[in-house]
Amino acid sequence: MVRLMVDAPAAGSDESAVDAFLQGGESLRHAPGPYFGSYGGRWMPESLIAALDELEDTFEKAKADPEFTAQIAELNRNYSGRPSLLTEAKRFAEHAGGVRIFLKREDLNHTGSHKINNVLGQALLAKRMGKTRVIAETGAGQHGVASATAAALMGLECVVYMGAEDCRRQALNVARMELLGATVIPVTNGSQTLKDAINEALRDWVANVDNTHYLLGTAAGAHPFPAMVRYFHEVIGEEARAQILEQTGRLPDAVCACIGGGSNAIGIFHGFLDDPSVRIFGFEAGGDGVETGRHAATITLGKPGVLHGARSYLMQDDDGQTIESHSISAGLDYPGVGPEHSYLADIGRVSYEPITDSEAMDAFRLLCRTEGIIPAIESAHALAGAIKVGQRLAAEAEAAGGTEGEAADKIVIVNLSGRGDKDVATAAEWFDLLDKDSPEHEIAKEGEQL
Amino acid sequence: MNHVDSTVQGASKSAAAIDRAKAQGRAALIGYLPAGYPSVEETIAAGIALAENGADLIEIGIPYSDPVMDGHVIQAATTEALAAGFHVKQVFDVVRGITSKTDAAVLVMTYWNPVVRMGVDEFSRQLADAGGAGLITPDLIPDEASEWMAASDKYGLDRVFLVAPSSSPERMKRTVEASRGFVYAVSIMGVTGARASVSSAAKDVVAAAHAAGAERVCVGLGVSNADQVREIAAYADGVIVGTALVVAIGDGGVDAVASLTKDLSTGLTKEEA
Repeated sequence: MVRLMVDAPAAGSDESAVDAFLQGGESLRHAPGPYFGSYGGRWMPESLIAALDELEDTFEKAKADPEFTAQIAELNRNYSGRPSLLTEAKRFAEHAGGVRIFLKREDLNHTGSHKINNVLGQALLAKRMGKTRVIAETGAGQHGVASATAAALMGLECVVYMGAEDCRRQALNVARMELLGATVIPVTNGSQTLKDAINEALRDWVANVDNTHYLLGTAAGAHPFPAMVRYFHEVIGEEARAQILEQTGRLPDAVCACIGGGSNAIGIFHGFLDDPSVRIFGFEAGGDGVETGRHAATITLGKPGVLHGARSYLMQDDDGQTIESHSISAGLDYPGVGPEHSYLADIGRVSYEPITDSEAMDAFRLLCRTEGIIPAIESAHALAGAIKVGQRLAAEAEAAGGTEGEAADKIVIVNLSGRGDKDVATAAEWFDLLDKDSPEHEIAKEGEQL
Repeated sequence: MNHVDSTVQGASKSAAAIDRAKAQGRAALIGYLPAGYPSVEETIAAGIALAENGADLIEIGIPYSDPVMDGHVIQAATTEALAAGFHVKQVFDVVRGITSKTDAAVLVMTYWNPVVRMGVDEFSRQLADAGGAGLITPDLIPDEASEWMAASDKYGLDRVFLVAPSSSPERMKRTVEASRGFVYAVSIMGVTGARASVSSAAKDVVAAAHAAGAERVCVGLGVSNADQVREIAAYADGVIVGTALVVAIGDGGVDAVASLTKDLSTGLTKEEA
């Protein structure tokens, strides 16, 4: 009996780490940083090291402080609306080999995605450090909106850096942030994308570190960010594990999530990393197809390097210059990835695969029409992956000589990390739903949110 | 250092250049230019002009896609260099072009990923081969530098790490101990760019670095004119000018670099502090 069923580890993987895990000698859930294997660390200017030390110290003390954990629990329950539901998607599952599929409903959280878990935690830490101002980066605006929300709730000044091009395309999210009292600063440097927004936020942080906390939006960056952001999202995996046990009486066969920087994924994965029978899958943005070069499949095709404070897989050219990523999903459109994912890929514990724009949008429409749930396009990558995983599980059951009904015993959990209201214009354009002469069509061409 | 014969422990070129200035009763002048802006040839010519007009050390920056410690002027220049097709290996042509014509110590300033991509050992070998003095590493701290420590020992290169107003006494000591050639004192909590006045924090950072055992401490960030050079030269071993030189080469080419350098160097003489 194979205890851990994973695809063949990626080339260059650390077999001994897999063995150690197989023998139960090591808990992958215990991953405090700063390193995850050879990944992570602090590749940062000296000017910021004192602030990282202060943050690490504050975070470690807060974790051990019952008052802090009670504050988080209270906010999760009475502000975010946790625990989020675990919903079985029966009609959707008919298209996935007939396995059972359960959706972890992070889309039902306040502000519409998993992002709220992290921003509330970090805003509380900012208050503990006596900081009066938070800064954040955002791509499409989801993390910016979440940060502005937490800042409003806790009475902090909030400045959000956003690529100038993204500001134009996401004018309504800019308005949302401003309604919440935040200041949005368009970034015109470099490629004017998410990575440049992070660069600009880091420059602000260096200059204002005395009163400012950098509220980083994903499980990447310098230590303690990857371990800390994950800590605030681990609630996803803890809830999902308890809920699936309660609803089905056993652990799932597979867990699926989408990966940009990888915060929603690392949150749900951590609930299951130490369960050898659970296969874990991360789905990266394959864009137009990884063979086209227009994608954001960092682990699939990137090489290890250092960016934004951590050693991790990175989309880069032969000179080590960062390559721009491409995805229909703004939330996955990032050329880096959290360092813990790089480690989990190398040791073969998690399988990372690309999903193209087209596959994601097919799954997006399927969920709308079979379950009455409009997912975020980010989450649609996980749904598309779950269809493939379900079909593989069904094929394996059949190959093992089982009857057709055995597939129905297989269980797959998908982290539905966000809702798709923000993506309606993009989807309407993709599916050609708009009258060519309508103002909505003109707006959608620009990627605007309806 | 278990195998002495495999370890080239040449004298520090940067330290020698700073000590030459010191022997003349003045601080050293360090000028920064981004490689490939506006062209590789002009960077070489401007580097030679720097050396001929009073700079003791020359810092050649490698244009990088994500320069988090740089302000708008240097970002714009390096973005232009990249757009014009600059490749990392050309930095060695620049270094060789300057060291073959002048006695100035030539350091390379680089964010770390381009070095990682080429391979730390290979990068170091080529830099030493081109006559380079060492590396200034704005986003590499000694904690993460084990590969670079080994390679810089092997090829006899200087390791210039940064210290900041926020550096704790422990970190100051650790960074000073890891450095060779000189220690780069960041004058202000911020990024590169000309500023109207020099932060009072600079003097404290230099004093702290000296107290931690640093023999040579040079101050950078925000220094753009002879008055500021004079102010810093009173307490530091060297003064680093970047953005003002980038503006000069962009606006007036090599001649403007020469005249600005000549002007900056008038501030180097140690006066009554």
